[in-house]
Amino acid sequence: MTTATAPVSTAPPTPVKKLLRDPQALISGGFLLLVFLAVALAPLITRFDPNHADLSRMLAGIGEEGHLLGADNAGRDIFARLLFGGRNSVLGALLAVGVALLVGTTSGLIAGYFGKWFDNLSNNAASLLQALPGMVILLAARAVVGPSLWIMMAIFGVLLSAGTYRLVRSAVQAVRNELYVDAARVAGLTDWRIIFKHVTRVVRGPVLIQAAFMLMIAIAIQAGIEILGLGDPTMVSWGGMLADAFSRLFVAPILMLWPSVLMALFALSLTLFANSLRDALDGTQRTSPATIRNVFKKVEADKATTGVRESAIEMDADELLRIEELRIGYAMPDGSIKQIVHGINLDVRRGEVLGLIGESGSGKTQTAFAVMNLLSEGGTILGGRVLWQGRDLATLTEREFADVRGKQIAYIPQEPMSNLDPSFTVGQQLVEPMRRHLGLSKAEATAKAIALLDRVGIHNPERVFMAYPHEVSGGMAQRVLIAGAVSCDPDLIIADEPTTALDVTVQAEILDLLRSLQAELGVGVLMVTHNFGIVADICDRVVVMQEGEIVERGETTAMFASHDHPYTRQLFGAILSPDQVRDAYAAPDADDDRIKELTS
Amino acid sequence: MTTPLLNIRDLVVEYPAKGFRKTPFRALKGVSLDIRPGECVGLVGESGSGKTTLGRAVLGLAPVTEGSITLGGKEIGNISARERRQVSKDVQVVFQDPYTSLNPSMTIEQILAEPLLARDVPKAQARQRIADLLDEVRLPSDALHRLPREFSGGQRQRIAIARALALDPKLIICDEPVSALDLSTQARVLDLFIEIQERTGVAYLFITHDLDVVRHVSHRVAVMWNGEIVESGDTREVTTNPAHPYTQRLWMAAPVADPGAQAVRREERRRLLAAQAAAAGGVPVAA
Amino acid sequence: MVFAISVVVFSMLYINAGGAARRILGDFASDEAVARLHEELGLYQPLPVQYFNWLTGALRGDFGTSWFRPTEVNEMIGVRLPATLSLVTVSLILSAILAMFVGVYAALKRGTWIDRAVQTLSIGGAAIPGFLFAIALVFVFAINLGWFAPTGFTQPTESVGGWVHSITLPVIALLIGGVASSAQQIRAAMINVLSQDYVRTLRSRGLLPRSVIFKHALRNAAGPGLSVIALQFVGMLGGVVIIENLFNIPGFGSLIAASSTQGDIPVIMGLVVTVAIIVTLVNLLLDVAQGWLNPKVRVS
Repeated sequence: MTTATAPVSTAPPTPVKKLLRDPQALISGGFLLLVFLAVALAPLITRFDPNHADLSRMLAGIGEEGHLLGADNAGRDIFARLLFGGRNSVLGALLAVGVALLVGTTSGLIAGYFGKWFDNLSNNAASLLQALPGMVILLAARAVVGPSLWIMMAIFGVLLSAGTYRLVRSAVQAVRNELYVDAARVAGLTDWRIIFKHVTRVVRGPVLIQAAFMLMIAIAIQAGIEILGLGDPTMVSWGGMLADAFSRLFVAPILMLWPSVLMALFALSLTLFANSLRDALDGTQRTSPATIRNVFKKVEADKATTGVRESAIEMDADELLRIEELRIGYAMPDGSIKQIVHGINLDVRRGEVLGLIGESGSGKTQTAFAVMNLLSEGGTILGGRVLWQGRDLATLTEREFADVRGKQIAYIPQEPMSNLDPSFTVGQQLVEPMRRHLGLSKAEATAKAIALLDRVGIHNPERVFMAYPHEVSGGMAQRVLIAGAVSCDPDLIIADEPTTALDVTVQAEILDLLRSLQAELGVGVLMVTHNFGIVADICDRVVVMQEGEIVERGETTAMFASHDHPYTRQLFGAILSPDQVRDAYAAPDADDDRIKELTS
Repeated sequence: MTTPLLNIRDLVVEYPAKGFRKTPFRALKGVSLDIRPGECVGLVGESGSGKTTLGRAVLGLAPVTEGSITLGGKEIGNISARERRQVSKDVQVVFQDPYTSLNPSMTIEQILAEPLLARDVPKAQARQRIADLLDEVRLPSDALHRLPREFSGGQRQRIAIARALALDPKLIICDEPVSALDLSTQARVLDLFIEIQERTGVAYLFITHDLDVVRHVSHRVAVMWNGEIVESGDTREVTTNPAHPYTQRLWMAAPVADPGAQAVRREERRRLLAAQAAAAGGVPVAA
Repeated sequence: MVFAISVVVFSMLYINAGGAARRILGDFASDEAVARLHEELGLYQPLPVQYFNWLTGALRGDFGTSWFRPTEVNEMIGVRLPATLSLVTVSLILSAILAMFVGVYAALKRGTWIDRAVQTLSIGGAAIPGFLFAIALVFVFAINLGWFAPTGFTQPTESVGGWVHSITLPVIALLIGGVASSAQQIRAAMINVLSQDYVRTLRSRGLLPRSVIFKHALRNAAGPGLSVIALQFVGMLGGVVIIENLFNIPGFGSLIAASSTQGDIPVIMGLVVTVAIIVTLVNLLLDVAQGWLNPKVRVS
């Protein structure tokens, strides 16, 4: 028994650290903090009373007579009105968001975790609350309850809670089905403890982000009501200032400026901060597309400068595919390149099945993708050549590749259900490539497709032709994908673990199918797998990969008989021998404490 | 004849129908099985066979519609939530997916402490137990303060095993615990399972679809198909001389890691399927 | 749903309507006059009875009479319906088209300066409230440049050109917020679809890039896109209230604001129910469209 190997990766920075390093978060967060402090400390900052009207100072300019931002049409200090108005606006918004969070989070938690009747009830309630625009409901309410800001905001909070409810509910439902929650239940935790420990963790982040957006909406709606003239005339607020200013738009447009700018900046800061928060809480470290573009440019430049040692491409008549010194890498978030395949050489001959075997992280799937230029985002060929019919595929553009893929080289993916377009029928997806590559008419392509479906062992080909992907089983879907792969008469098929996602009995049938198709059509096959049984069953030659390198290669029969490389030995050693059966059961000692425990 | 530790009798698990006019779905159609103390019973089947449902029913994660499940004589089938929590001391689980069976935002220490804290084990005692557990599964002690994402699949399964052992259970339901692991890791983790069983005497219900795995680790094997157990018995017997046609097909379908032997098996399989089809009146046998 | 809304809103509005008669007639009216009006309006009846009376009328299409004006609620709403509907419909359609274009384009050009520009503008457009844009538009284009009249509305029946002219600024103000947030979500939906396994498999079949993007990916992103548009619609109905008031357009929005100030409950009731009906209809339409787009939904 070996001891544990070193940890796989270092822990990424915590969300708080990420936030502190993000300039957008710092600036927007800083501004928000500034505004909060300013409105909270309003009386300490300005000596003016926001409601004190002094007509002698009407429309005073900036800086005149101690008015920092001038005075409005009734001679009231604008700066003081901004501060004190901010108090009311911000407090009102906080009230609305507070109500929304309280109502939404609790109901979402209960509905999401416990479900049943409460779930139904609250879903209907939420739909009701979201059915009408908030403004309409608030105006209707205002007719009854009068102009009170606090009541309006409380009601708005209830309306907003529907959104929080949905957010929390779906987060909880997602977590409730996670295995670690099952494990907690088996460990004997009470439901409440599970909710507390596991569920709230997941819910915190999204709720916080939504709260920031809700604050923004609340301020906007407040202002909206006040602009309509339906606000509380006794309370100064940003919206009220806007309403006043708008009515004086022709006369003194500058009055518009201050509250507009402040509101806009406040709303922007909230949004930007919420976005930064979302990025910080996102656990995955994805490389940004911009970084990827830069990295790719560097790679292209490197390739160009490392001398054009373009030796003539000579291939035997027998050779279908020849990979030379292939290096594959991915762009990392920090702009560096992580090389995952370190210069491999392999070839596939006409009519043979080459097995590419390795464990996870060996680079086998990446190699297969690279041949067809189907690497995931951020991946690219760093060097080497992929020779096919006299051309280096590594130099082809996407458009040129569209003529090679499907027609000359075909691909069978691993996971059948997620590889069919859910919005189109099986038939449509089969016919389209055939019409493009083979120039068939719709009727011809349909006939050929149905014949193919029959050939791959589907019992009712016409029905499956008309079916949508979600209507067929996994085994059938894989047969459809195989039919698609051979449909345009390719010379090489790249099969990426085509049976891993299937049941054992279905696997055997698919292998039979692949073997018979290969014999009938004479295609070459590059079979990526991690299962030695499959190699033994279908592959003529095999290549073993470990961590991006080929460690051994040879004829299948020879390879199984004797292997040189230590890694290959280790792999073969790990195969469970059919002779290795567990020793017979021995009942434990009758005196054993455990038995005593049992019978007590 | 040792008295069984776990006794399942005529278990039926039915899920209610969604929407009207649909019949409820029977995942288990009357299953009987027993496990003796310290024994490993392998449960083999393909998707839809009900093997996972059986495991979940024993754990209290699937509803028991009819039949009984007794542990040491006590009924654990349809019990209240509080009684279920008592049972947690005796029955634990290791799941298939090492990536989602551990809460990604909890440290290893917190994960291992969870079952102990649920039973109000005092902190000092818990800490000692956690240290012992890490030893048992051969993980270094500095793993405690790390997060699951820093570990490989095989290491995470060891953590899951440690968590299952925390309360010193009598029975562990192992739901495809090595299916998501690499070949070389699989063998090591399987050996760990066997070693732990021999040392502590815990029993396993070992659910898997991999025939080589079940042969390697189980004393007895039960084969499931379509919600029923179609065959069961000693491992050697069932795997070399299967009686039921489905079991025969199942064994034949798994490829052998030897080209010559595999060619032979292919031929045997072809003959078997032809024979079974002929027996069924010329209709191709549904796998 | 509409029914449920009507019950809830009715209760809310009428629960405190006891003092309505006094409010309508003012402080100087005699007690007898108030009592007579109270009886006339049926405010003495228990709530469920009042609701039932209203409901029977509503089902016949009669929403009652305004408390403050001698007009039928139907008439008041009917007169204003075209204005608001024309405004909102034009805004919604333009917003949907623009958002789709912008969102898809940004997704395809992901990571380039175009994408970043779109994202920045979207953040700005979505964050800043619509009325601020409206005010800015009025200030620049109407007052300073004089290209448009700052207020007023021409019925399309009178003059199509005039109608277009009068709704240009309001539509722009309404749409900015909608396009900004929709474009972001559509961009996200498109990016999500493009990263799916089946897109890679479609590429592996040798389909031209434009087929993969515009035939397959777009089709799959359209579903989520429609959901976004549905949400936008409700938001726009809220925004239109303020816009109508700012631009002095005789539609729902200005009516509901006025009725709210006065406390003209029957009018408010009628308006709320009408809005509810419109929203339900539009959602129904969009659900049908979703069913056409997404085969999985069709089963039900």
